[in-house]
Amino acid sequence: MIQRMIKATINGFAVSVPAGTTIYEAALGVHTKVPTLCKHDDLDPTGACGMCVVKVAGSGKMPRACTTPIEDGMDIITHDGELNEIRRTVLELILSTHPNECQTCGRNGDCELQTLAGEFGIREEGFKRMIKDIPSDHSNGSIVIDFVKCIKCGRCVQVCQEMQDVSALSFLQRGIDTRMAPAGDILLADSPCIKCGQCAAHCPTGAIVENDETSTVWAALRDPEKYCTVQIAPSVRVALGEEFGYEPGTNLTKKIYQVARRLGFKAVFDTNFSADLTIMEEATEFVQRFVHGKGPLPLITSCCPAWTDYMEKYHHDFLDNFSTAKSPQQMLGVMAKTYYCEQMGIDPATHYQVSIMPCTAKKYELERTDEMFASGHQDVDVVLTTREFARMIKQSGIDFINLPDGESDSILGDYSGAGTIFGATGGVMEAAVRTAYYFVTGENMPDEAINIQPVRGLKGVKEAELEIAGNKIRVAVAHGMANVGKVLNRVRKAREAGEELPYHFIEVMACPGGCIGGGGQPYGINDEVRRKRITGLYEDDRDRLLRCSHDNPEIQRVYAEFLGAPLSERAHKLLHVTYKARQVYLK
Amino acid sequence: MKKFTSCSDLAKYRTEQKLAVSEVRVGLDTGGLAAGAGEILGIIKEGVAEADLPVVVRRTGSLGLAYADPVVVVKQEGGPELMYGEVDSGVAQRIVSDHLGKGELIQDHVIATRNRATEFDDRPTTAILIKDTGVNGGDRSKFFQASFEQEVEISTLDPKVPILRALDMGIYDEGLCVQLLPSGVTYSNVLSPDIRRIISESLQNGRVIDELLVKDPDPQVRIVLRRCGQVDPENLGDVLAHGGYAALESVLSGMSPDDVIEEMKTAGLRGRGGAGFPTWRKWKLTREVEADQRYVICNADEGDPGAFMDRSVLEGDPHAVLEGLILAAYSIGASKGYFYIRAEYPLAVARIRRAIQEARVAGLLGDNILGSGFSFDAKVRLGAGAFVCGEETALIASIEGKRGSPSPRPPYPSVRGLWGKPTSINNVETLAAVSPIIENGGEWYAGYGTEQSRGTKVFAVTGKVKNAQLVEIPMGVSIRTIVYDICGGVLDDEDIKAVQTGGPSGGVIPEKHLDTEISYESLSELGSIMGSGGMLVMDEYDSMVDVARFYLKFSVEESCGKCAPCRVGGYQMQQLLDKIFRGRGKVEDLGSLRKICRAMQTASLCGLGQTAPNPVLSTLRYFEDEYQAFIEGGSAYARKMRKQLAEAGEQAG
Repeated sequence: MIQRMIKATINGFAVSVPAGTTIYEAALGVHTKVPTLCKHDDLDPTGACGMCVVKVAGSGKMPRACTTPIEDGMDIITHDGELNEIRRTVLELILSTHPNECQTCGRNGDCELQTLAGEFGIREEGFKRMIKDIPSDHSNGSIVIDFVKCIKCGRCVQVCQEMQDVSALSFLQRGIDTRMAPAGDILLADSPCIKCGQCAAHCPTGAIVENDETSTVWAALRDPEKYCTVQIAPSVRVALGEEFGYEPGTNLTKKIYQVARRLGFKAVFDTNFSADLTIMEEATEFVQRFVHGKGPLPLITSCCPAWTDYMEKYHHDFLDNFSTAKSPQQMLGVMAKTYYCEQMGIDPATHYQVSIMPCTAKKYELERTDEMFASGHQDVDVVLTTREFARMIKQSGIDFINLPDGESDSILGDYSGAGTIFGATGGVMEAAVRTAYYFVTGENMPDEAINIQPVRGLKGVKEAELEIAGNKIRVAVAHGMANVGKVLNRVRKAREAGEELPYHFIEVMACPGGCIGGGGQPYGINDEVRRKRITGLYEDDRDRLLRCSHDNPEIQRVYAEFLGAPLSERAHKLLHVTYKARQVYLK
Repeated sequence: MKKFTSCSDLAKYRTEQKLAVSEVRVGLDTGGLAAGAGEILGIIKEGVAEADLPVVVRRTGSLGLAYADPVVVVKQEGGPELMYGEVDSGVAQRIVSDHLGKGELIQDHVIATRNRATEFDDRPTTAILIKDTGVNGGDRSKFFQASFEQEVEISTLDPKVPILRALDMGIYDEGLCVQLLPSGVTYSNVLSPDIRRIISESLQNGRVIDELLVKDPDPQVRIVLRRCGQVDPENLGDVLAHGGYAALESVLSGMSPDDVIEEMKTAGLRGRGGAGFPTWRKWKLTREVEADQRYVICNADEGDPGAFMDRSVLEGDPHAVLEGLILAAYSIGASKGYFYIRAEYPLAVARIRRAIQEARVAGLLGDNILGSGFSFDAKVRLGAGAFVCGEETALIASIEGKRGSPSPRPPYPSVRGLWGKPTSINNVETLAAVSPIIENGGEWYAGYGTEQSRGTKVFAVTGKVKNAQLVEIPMGVSIRTIVYDICGGVLDDEDIKAVQTGGPSGGVIPEKHLDTEISYESLSELGSIMGSGGMLVMDEYDSMVDVARFYLKFSVEESCGKCAPCRVGGYQMQQLLDKIFRGRGKVEDLGSLRKICRAMQTASLCGLGQTAPNPVLSTLRYFEDEYQAFIEGGSAYARKMRKQLAEAGEQAG
């Protein structure tokens, strides 16, 4: 269908845009940005902040640019003295209910409200300040809510309810007393929160931030009794650079190895290594279930801790379908505190393992079950998000941009292309299929087939039928929690009706785009950024000599020297977990 | 009630109904009940049963005469229909024993209307009603009564006609008014020497004295309220006997949806919720959107302080609203509808629920209505009383079970409304006006009102006014006429300062503009709005700063909190107004107020926030001197004013 084009004028410039384009979007086309504090590319505009009003000739009203579709013949003014004054007043009103605590705020220097106040040249308080005395919520170890900094833009509530289908956050009360809070006014820890951190990633101010643990890590690094090591997650390497002015998607793997050593870590591991390990276990699980009928189908991936939390709360009729393989983070932790310590002659009690993750839920995963202590110690001691890690680098004074490359440690450090694409939606599926193919056929996938295109991309639910040795495998990939229900409901329906299963293998990631769009990644997420970061990972995969997890020589070595075979007794003890149904509300 | 299977079936039933010849009607709406109408109904029922009188005693809704509740209407065979106001248990007993039993009318309780009968019928005058409507000096009714009685006594009349002081006659400031019953011939500005003439010419010779006849007609026209106080709202049979569902009958026997919309276009009816969007256009837009399902919603979330128009209609004639909703559904092609009623209106909710139930049983609602093939059903959804839920998109969110916050428009509900389907939302009063338009034709309706604003509008007049009540007037009548000629003027005959219209979204209209003809356009030019019909009268003792504070406080409390300009702007304005009212304001504060007003008007998301500044802006426009007085007078002046307002409040309350 050919889309109808709308012709209109913005600030005197003719625009021609498809029907349905908003004034805000059309203005971008003529290089004009209308200010806003609530609109976000990921979300349906709600018109909450009131900053984006514009003038339309012949109309007495001022429509909101973010929500109003442009119409034929509209003559729009986006900026003039009067609009500026109105916007300034609205901004002053918002500032009058926001504390003056920029210096001590988690978003200092990277805050949309602060930036706008700067651009508008606000130099004095327009109205009497009115700040409610509401204590912050630190109950949940992943994110912290500082309610008084909330400007009620509604992004987090939209994210939590619509994008993630969790509904932990809501608005309470009304009028000037309106506040965002966990639904039912309970602690976040007692709420259905799955710790994905998307609320924090979308917050324009410092109202929701990750639980900053950089000082814990600094203290550990200073402690002579501790042997500090670090692991770097797949998606961190293509996003960290944004904090230093690089384009999204720039792969800084080697620079990150170097900076980690400079910060004082004794060993630098790569979570990509353990992603390969996860694939060995998970692909074996899949082959066991699919080929040998041992265990229920579909097999569902479980390396995303926000997803496992969500499943345990909302979809626990699928407990048995979950892959019991631990996430790469936890696999690396346990291998570091067993195998690595053994190899290096280090007392695991002194080994302090730090994990750099794109994710706030990873902070929760550390102590999720007793199995996270499989080494006899807490397998991973602390998680820093990409944003916290960037902060540490900045505090260290290291000239990150001009830093030479470094290398990872030689065990638990090497990785295949399959490991690196874990960070993108569909990546786990693709990696697992590559190895499952090998397990079934004894051969690697042909080069021309190794990029499994149907599971790539940003479509919310991706479905494909793949073939391994004449077997048709139906797979589904869902990312963004709200997309999961649809997939699981299809399975439920088929089960109830006694029909053939719609899928054999399902990959789920809580965050849109997968880990590259995680709640702990640098601010400014949207689909364009997601695409660039994903491209960075696929290029890393393309450029690797080895594309399959089972080909990783270090993987082969740990199985030969330590684990035996996938799903061996030792592998089970160290690398697998169990799940249980959890209450949605703890209160 | 039987189930009607065709239009002719219904028409036949209607013609078979006979209205009672003698009846007593007691107005049982929320206002009446609060004033004790329930007890009154019991007393009269019991008394009539005991005395075995051939009289039907019925419950009805209200005529809207709030000042006179409880109200009882008595109709006896051959006699005039008489209304009694301020009926207590004693009066109720006398209605049975004296009026119904002996044909004697009751002193000081009769409410007469401004009757313009110009000739006598063949019935002799059986009673003379008098009322001293002069505003200066005391009430001389008793003096005139004595004069009349004396003249009757010395006349040759036989039997001697009783003289009755009326509670109200619907005429004000026209001296002594006299109404002769049963003919209804009414004289005003009657002077002492006229009394003898009236006796001799009118009573004895049956001649009308032209120069004494009431000049001006009653400006009121009851279209929306036509059956309020007439019918038993909980009895479909009674409603049908009074013409209910006649419009539905005629539509289903031969009008297409487009015909109905065309008739509505001719009528020129505009949304009575306040915004004044043409009803026909709303229906047409909703009809034109491709969809597998459409909805109609009756917005009964009346929430303006002092407004009770919609409540009275819902309680007095729920079937009129239901019929309007069915006709709306037919026009736009909806098969489902909702009444969104605030839970604080329990009686309205009960009566609408009953009306739906009765209509379903009678086949006026449900599958294949009257055998026409058109199917429609309606449900009730309760609102929790949030004012903002009267806003269309918030109302929809509330019905969907979400937080009642507005959403940006476009998309308008006519395109994407309830559950994402095209939806037409019409106010109670709008829907109640639909069936009379269909019955009498659009042109008839358009004959009332002004060029731009057609038809009639119901107002709830309250505040410092003698007769607080509902009035229904054609558009174009002036505010002064409403206050002085219909509602009897200002309490204690003080000078009027201003009239507030449109509730918290409206503004004040100062005395000098009271002659403005009421229309959507004229009120908005004055800085106020038509609104849903609240009209608050204020006298010289009312402080305009305080009035602005009152209305703004309402909006601030009722703001949903979604958009920043309304949420914070309203609050900051309230802070500034409170500061000024405490005598601590500065001249710059007026500038700040205006600045916030502008931001709220332009940048608020919905009508609540966009109009919330109106009370402040309009008082600033007409009464800036009062703000200045608080600023210049400081806390001493503020104390004095607060004391004065408190005293006035005590007197009034």
